[in-house]
Amino acid sequence: MRESWIIARKELSSFFDSLVAYILLIAFLGFSGFFTWLWGSDVFYHKQASLSTFFNVALWSLFFFIPAITMRQFAEEKKSGTIELLLTKRLTDRQLVIGKYLACLLLVAIALAFTLPYYVSIARLGNIDHGSTITGYLGLLLMSSAYVSIGLLASSLTSNQIVAFLLALLAGVVFQFILGSVGSGQTGWVGSLLTDLSIPHHYDSMSRGVIDTKDVLYFLALTFLGLMLTEVVISKRK
Amino acid sequence: MDILIEGLSKAYDNQKAVDNISFEVHTGEIVGFLGPNGAGKTTTMKMITQFISPDTGRITIGGKVITKENIRGSIGYLPENNPLYEDMPVMDYLSFCGQLQGIKKNQIDQRIREMIVMCGLDEEKHKKIGELSKGYRQRVGLAQAMIHDPAILILDEPTTGLDPNQRVEIRELIKRLGMHKSVILSTHILPEVEATCDRILIINKGHIVANGTAESLRSQATGKSILLVDIEGAPRTVIEKELRLMPGITGVGLSPDHRLLEIECTDSQQTARSVYKMCVSKDWMLLQMSPVETRLEDIFRNVTLN
Repeated sequence: MRESWIIARKELSSFFDSLVAYILLIAFLGFSGFFTWLWGSDVFYHKQASLSTFFNVALWSLFFFIPAITMRQFAEEKKSGTIELLLTKRLTDRQLVIGKYLACLLLVAIALAFTLPYYVSIARLGNIDHGSTITGYLGLLLMSSAYVSIGLLASSLTSNQIVAFLLALLAGVVFQFILGSVGSGQTGWVGSLLTDLSIPHHYDSMSRGVIDTKDVLYFLALTFLGLMLTEVVISKRK
Repeated sequence: MDILIEGLSKAYDNQKAVDNISFEVHTGEIVGFLGPNGAGKTTTMKMITQFISPDTGRITIGGKVITKENIRGSIGYLPENNPLYEDMPVMDYLSFCGQLQGIKKNQIDQRIREMIVMCGLDEEKHKKIGELSKGYRQRVGLAQAMIHDPAILILDEPTTGLDPNQRVEIRELIKRLGMHKSVILSTHILPEVEATCDRILIINKGHIVANGTAESLRSQATGKSILLVDIEGAPRTVIEKELRLMPGITGVGLSPDHRLLEIECTDSQQTARSVYKMCVSKDWMLLQMSPVETRLEDIFRNVTLN
């Protein structure tokens, strides 16, 4: 665990040393802020003291945001050869994967933490449902965790960052749209299986304030599966 | 710690990169790993560091069979092309490597200082690695390999891309370190091996084709000796013709710079005497005669081109 934490700290500081973190934070806050407060079906349109607008927008921002932070994680290490440096130190493949995962998830958590003023503002405007806000944030974090692990898997498969980004986005599209829409067109167990595998199916109820162990387990399983496959890919090297 | 390698093999897609090689390296010994590109040097080094695992064979270090778990702290590794994190400052990078090697928090600053002094990085220590010249980057690579004071150093082409001065410095550094460690280094630069290494291993197509000190390799490469002579007093063609008639001489030609005659013979001392006697009897002037040591290049070409 100590080793993973060393990796996570290094990755986080390299996010902030390069402009990556700042650009992404600004883009995330700008995008989600704009649609939450200023435009479209925003908070004032709904006239409800609720963050549900934000939760819907944040979902889409993170959809692009996460592949952008995970794309370089393994692709760049492979391209520059630094992965050889790392893995010949006192560091196992698993510790490396966990370290990278922690760094990416922490950056997402930092971005989400910057939206807490939204929560405070809305709580002052009206009678906000604290429970559903907390589960909404929890849902965002869990969904991000699943996307981070998918992104890391994509990054481990190639040494080209753009390919890694597109692969992660493609996987995101499958989980976000395709499974759900194909599933709703099918009947019987195939349809329900496909719907059960889609991300919105599990995220939506959480953003409304319902915590179901099934949803939590779904995101945790997806995360676990992604990280495990990443480790398998990393361990196969030439 | 002694390294013992037995029957190591590794194949990529049915192509054998390393084929059943065995050798050992003792403490305090610097072994030079030579071979043409693609001979299997880097693959062997990657297997010793456990970055990749061998298909078959055994690597023992200090009497213990190594695994990924027990090897890591005792090896310092400089991979091929010296990969580094360009956007990290030198000090941060060394600290990161030190932490990953499990150095205790209260000793880490001390070790970094020692490395900076040892590798001559003092003036550049606050710069980002990407801003450093190639020579300094190489020093950073060496510093990270040695930060945890490993018993074994594996250096894959540590002096590529350095200018002659830097090369001498790095070479001296490796020699100094090699007194108490087992060092394996690979290189393409043959004079460097002679200057730095106690023993030479030549590997070709996955096999070890030569193993010994520079002297022992020379004596093994028996067969022809070469004498360079300069004779005055007759046209060169006449001299050549006379030389060819002498017993023990297998060939006469021009030296690469076209100024001297190159005599290939089986016994250079005996031939030298008879060449001298011939010059005296013909009343030719012998201006110069020198035996040529078999060059490492020739040995290298001999064992790798077949």
